[in-house]
Amino acid sequence: MATEATHGAETAEHGAEAGGLVFHPMDQFIVKPLFGHGEVGMFTITNVTLWMAIAILVIVGLMVFGTRRRAVIPSRSQSVAELAYGFIHKMVEDVTGKEGLVYFPYIMTLFMFIVVANFLGLIPMSFTTTSHFAVTVVLALCVFLGVTILGFVKNGPSFLSMFWVSSAPLALRPVLAIIEIISYFVRPVSHSIRLAGNVMAGHAVIKVFAGFAGLAVISPLSVVAITAIYGLEVMVAFVQAYVFTILTCVYLKDALHPHH
Amino acid sequence: MATEPIQEDFAGICVDSHGSAIGMPQLCADWIPNQVFWLVITLVVIFFVLSRIALPRIASVLAERQGTITNDIAAAEEFKRQATEAEKAYDKALADARAEAQGIAQKTREEIKVQLDEAIAEADRAIVAKAAESEKAIAEIRASALENIEIVAKDTAAAIVATMGGKADQDAISAAVGDRMKG
Repeated sequence: MATEATHGAETAEHGAEAGGLVFHPMDQFIVKPLFGHGEVGMFTITNVTLWMAIAILVIVGLMVFGTRRRAVIPSRSQSVAELAYGFIHKMVEDVTGKEGLVYFPYIMTLFMFIVVANFLGLIPMSFTTTSHFAVTVVLALCVFLGVTILGFVKNGPSFLSMFWVSSAPLALRPVLAIIEIISYFVRPVSHSIRLAGNVMAGHAVIKVFAGFAGLAVISPLSVVAITAIYGLEVMVAFVQAYVFTILTCVYLKDALHPHH
Repeated sequence: MATEPIQEDFAGICVDSHGSAIGMPQLCADWIPNQVFWLVITLVVIFFVLSRIALPRIASVLAERQGTITNDIAAAEEFKRQATEAEKAYDKALADARAEAQGIAQKTREEIKVQLDEAIAEADRAIVAKAAESEKAIAEIRASALENIEIVAKDTAAAIVATMGGKADQDAISAAVGDRMKG
C-alpha cells in the first residue's frame, strides 16, 4: 500500500472511510504502459506485453533450452519438459483418441501459455495476464470457433446430430436439442470465466488480506492467511490450466465424434 | 501491487485520478485491444516454438528412449538365456564329476577288497602252517613225555622192588610197566 503514502490527505480521508484500512484489491489488474503515461492503444507496450514476453521466455527456456542436450537420461529441466509433454499428450490421446493427436501442438500451446502465465502471476508484484477476461475469452473463442469449424469440416451437416439426442424418446428430442444448443453456446463463456474468475478472485483475496495487515493487531493473522491462500493459489494455478486444457480436449472430441 | 499515480489527463473510465482502479479492470474496454493483440502475438510465437522445435525434439527423445529400453530388454533377455545355459552346463559338469567320483570310489573299494582277500588268504595259510608245526611239536613233546614217564616208572618200580628186598628182574619190570601204561 505504498501508493497511499504518495497521495496525502485525500487518501487519508479516503482511507478513513474504511476505518484506517485501505483496500485496492483490483489495482493489481490495471493495464498500464511500460514507458510513459500515455493512452493504452492497441500496440502500446504495456505490462501485458512484458509478462506475456516473460511467459514466452519461460516456455522457450523450459521446452527448448531445457531439452537442448536431447539426453536419453534426461536432466532436471528436460524431465519437466518431458513430463509436460507426456501429460498433455496422454490427455489428448485419452480424451479424443488417436485422430485427435494432430491437434496436440495447439492444445499444448494453450496449456503451456495458461500454466506459465498463472504461475508467473503468483510472483509478488507481477501482472497476471490470465486474470483478464479479454485474454481468456480470446482463448476460449479460439477453442470454440476452432472446434465448431472443425466439426462441420470433418462431419458436414451431420455435425448437427450432436444436438439431436437419438437415444431419447422422440417427444423429448426437440426440448433436449434446445438445451444442448444453449449449453453449446454457453461453453466459451464458462470456459473463459472459470479461468479468469478463479485467478482474479485468488489474487484479489490475497490483496484484501494484505490490506488488513495495516492493523498491527490483525497483521500476524493476515500474514498467515496470505500464506494459506497463496498455497491454495499455487494449486489453483495448475488446476485451472488443467481444467481449461481437458475441457478443450472434450470439446475437440465432440467435434471429431459428434454422435453420442 | 503499488500502482504508479497516473496523471489526471489520462485517468479515464477505468482508472481514477489516484491511479486506482474503478470497478473491475477486467471490464475496461479501453484495454481490450491491447491485450488481444499481444495475446495473439504470444500464442503464435509459442505455437511456432513448440510445434517447430520443442515438440518434435521431445518426441524424438522419447522415441529414442523407448528404443533404447526395448533394446536393453532384448539384451537382458539374451543374457538371461546365456545364464540359463551356463547353469545347465554347470549342472551337467557337476553330475558328471559326481558319477566319476562314484566310479573311482567303487574301483578303489574293489581293489582294496582284492588286496584284503589276498592278505586274509596268506594269513590263513600262515596260520595253518603254524598250527601244523605246533601239532608236530606237541606230538613230539607228548611222545618224549611218555618215554620219560616209562623210564621214570621203570626206575621207580625197580627202586620199589629193591626197597622191599626183592631182586628186580629188569625185563619183568619193563613188561609190567609196559602193561600198566597201555592201561
